[in-house]
Amino acid sequence: MADPATLTMSERLTALVALPARMVFQVLEYPLMLIQRLVGIRGMPWVFLLPNLAFFGIFVVIPLFINFAFSLTGGTQLFLADRVYTGTEQYAYLFDCGNYLDPTTCREDRFWKGIFNTSVFIFFQVSFLVLFSLITALILNQKIRARGFFRAVYFFPVLLSPVVVALIWKWILLRDGVLNAFLVWLGFDKILFFVSPEWAMFWAIFVSIWAHMGFYTLILLAGLQAIAPDLYEAAEMDGTSRERVFWRITLPLLWPNMLVVIVLALIKGVQIFDEVFVLTGGGPGTATQFIVQYIYNTGFTQQVQNFGLAAAASVVLGVVLFVLTMIQLAVTRRRDNG
Amino acid sequence: MQKLVRGLLPVSLVAVSLATSATAQTELRMMWYNDGIEGEVMQGILDRFEEANPDISVTLDVVPYKSVLESLPVQLASGQGPDIARVTDLGGLSQYYLDLTPYISDPSYWQENFGPFLKWLDPQGEAISGFMTQLTVTGPYVNKTLFEQAEVEMPGEGATWDDWATAVVEVADKLEIPIPMAWDRSGHRVAGPAISMGAQMFDAEGNPALVDDGLKAMAQRLYDWHQDGTMSKELWGSVSGNTYLGANEDFANAQVVMYMSGSWQIPQFADKIGDAFDWWAVPAPCGPAACTGMPGGAALVAIKDTEHPEEVGKLMDFLTQEENLAEFYGKTLFIPGHLGLAKGGVEFATDDPRAKHALETFAGAVPTISPIAFDLQGYVNNRIMFNALISRLGEAIVGELTLDEAYERMTDDVAKQLAEKGRQ
Repeated sequence: MADPATLTMSERLTALVALPARMVFQVLEYPLMLIQRLVGIRGMPWVFLLPNLAFFGIFVVIPLFINFAFSLTGGTQLFLADRVYTGTEQYAYLFDCGNYLDPTTCREDRFWKGIFNTSVFIFFQVSFLVLFSLITALILNQKIRARGFFRAVYFFPVLLSPVVVALIWKWILLRDGVLNAFLVWLGFDKILFFVSPEWAMFWAIFVSIWAHMGFYTLILLAGLQAIAPDLYEAAEMDGTSRERVFWRITLPLLWPNMLVVIVLALIKGVQIFDEVFVLTGGGPGTATQFIVQYIYNTGFTQQVQNFGLAAAASVVLGVVLFVLTMIQLAVTRRRDNG
Repeated sequence: MQKLVRGLLPVSLVAVSLATSATAQTELRMMWYNDGIEGEVMQGILDRFEEANPDISVTLDVVPYKSVLESLPVQLASGQGPDIARVTDLGGLSQYYLDLTPYISDPSYWQENFGPFLKWLDPQGEAISGFMTQLTVTGPYVNKTLFEQAEVEMPGEGATWDDWATAVVEVADKLEIPIPMAWDRSGHRVAGPAISMGAQMFDAEGNPALVDDGLKAMAQRLYDWHQDGTMSKELWGSVSGNTYLGANEDFANAQVVMYMSGSWQIPQFADKIGDAFDWWAVPAPCGPAACTGMPGGAALVAIKDTEHPEEVGKLMDFLTQEENLAEFYGKTLFIPGHLGLAKGGVEFATDDPRAKHALETFAGAVPTISPIAFDLQGYVNNRIMFNALISRLGEAIVGELTLDEAYERMTDDVAKQLAEKGRQ
């Protein structure tokens, strides 16, 4: 250790700040050496992973198995041991349909309505989310005035709680909300946005895009900034048009990021619940009732809390999410491997 | 250093002794929700109880009503519930109630004063599980000032739902009021008028039979009123499933001519509307079979998983003393759920003539309540019926189902849930 008298003020300060960390390491050193002696150097990564694995196991893996076990039971008892084993009855009930494309022919019509609504939501939400995120990222990648400010503005909604986002928009869209006041001021009639299935779905998609666009814009912006400027300079020297530059350079090089964005947006889209639940409550009727809300309603809001059916529906949802996650992993791996 | 230790020692001893005395105290937790000011009133009574019983502390956990409906059953099923809870699903949660009989000082006082309502809490047995913090009766309020301004005569005693619908539309048209008629989005609210139309709710064997001609007659009216603008789809059409929505805010803002709700709105309207306009409770409109609302209410019940049944019994004894209940009902403007007080009369803490009139109207409606309505209220699985009714009718109103499909689905929903519940 250096002689304290020879240290500069800044070095002393650094040493002082590092002191607690140094003390912690000194305390940990002996037990870690002991563990290393026991498990060997090759076992040490597992020791470091253990806390995280335990956390993941307790809060994710075990509940997953419990949920699956619940899906094979019936009745209203909360504890698994008290419940009646029903085998695949809950799944058979969910899939009992005259025509899968027409939810009204299904015994559990709301489950299929939830799937149908979620599919419509995903189709429009993901398409427009990716489109708007791309346009915004392209604009924010230009040398425009107050670029930092605009980047922050677009990202700001991502920081808000989904409930806050939904409440803000709900107040805007109500009969006596700001938007209707504006429409009346312009001479139009008020629109009851939450009474029309089309408007309700439109606003559910719009609000979701508004809330999440900043995050995806950031991913695409990072991708855009990773494209070597030489390529654009070479294209400019060759006199390539801007459209051609976009289609032949920007988009192909941004494509791996686009795929990540699409898959992430798909996964988030399937999981949609909180914003729409607060915004529309799933209505009108079941027009914006998505699959997660169906699970919530079935498991918790009925007098007979049907945990078995809710668990079976969430297993189905889990399978869909698993497939999407596998796609995302494959895409990421392909991108990382060049 | 020694001086410091000597100085700190007495402080530590005091702290330890305080902590010890604090831990010696039994803590009871009471889950509560508020419609109006009843939480404040209850807190005042609990403060007096704690003063008289320094070894017991009671924490009033005020939660949203939705939590009582959705979270409490899960907590109770897992054995993690409070010691006492204020509930409205009176019979539905009866398996979790504590029989207070061994823990209260005078069970005969309870039988005498809460007798008929104890059955609601324990339909199968004779247990004393709690008492009614309020009795409620469903029924409509009208904005009398709007009727006067529109110079439309208010339908009188014996008027039917159709008479009222015609009158409120006339008022709304003349004064450009956006919502002529609004009903709480609740199956319980629809049940009374449906029974008035002839709905029986049960078959000859006493099994639930939700859909019959009486119910269809009322459902058809509700459907038609939503299509012709008598009722706004904002309430029934704007959410899904069995979500409860009330029009109390709209009524208080004079956006509604007639509002079908119940007696529990009185304190809120007295507070919020005051004398801004004449809000007037009117007797339940009639149908061919009756002129009935639905009885109901909230009860404070003891939970069987409590670790302190003796203390819970002591607290319940204190709360049900006549002077405490008289204070509670009087200040909250709730219809008493104590027969002695109901007979003797409670001095309600209001000078508001509208509130007094509403209390008289709802209290006076009790004798006209149909026996079917009482049976339905006492039926353990009534919420299954209410939820099926409201959710499917809502889907028909927004055009997702025809009324016939909705009736079919209601019947299926009730059968499915009863079967699931029966699988023990």
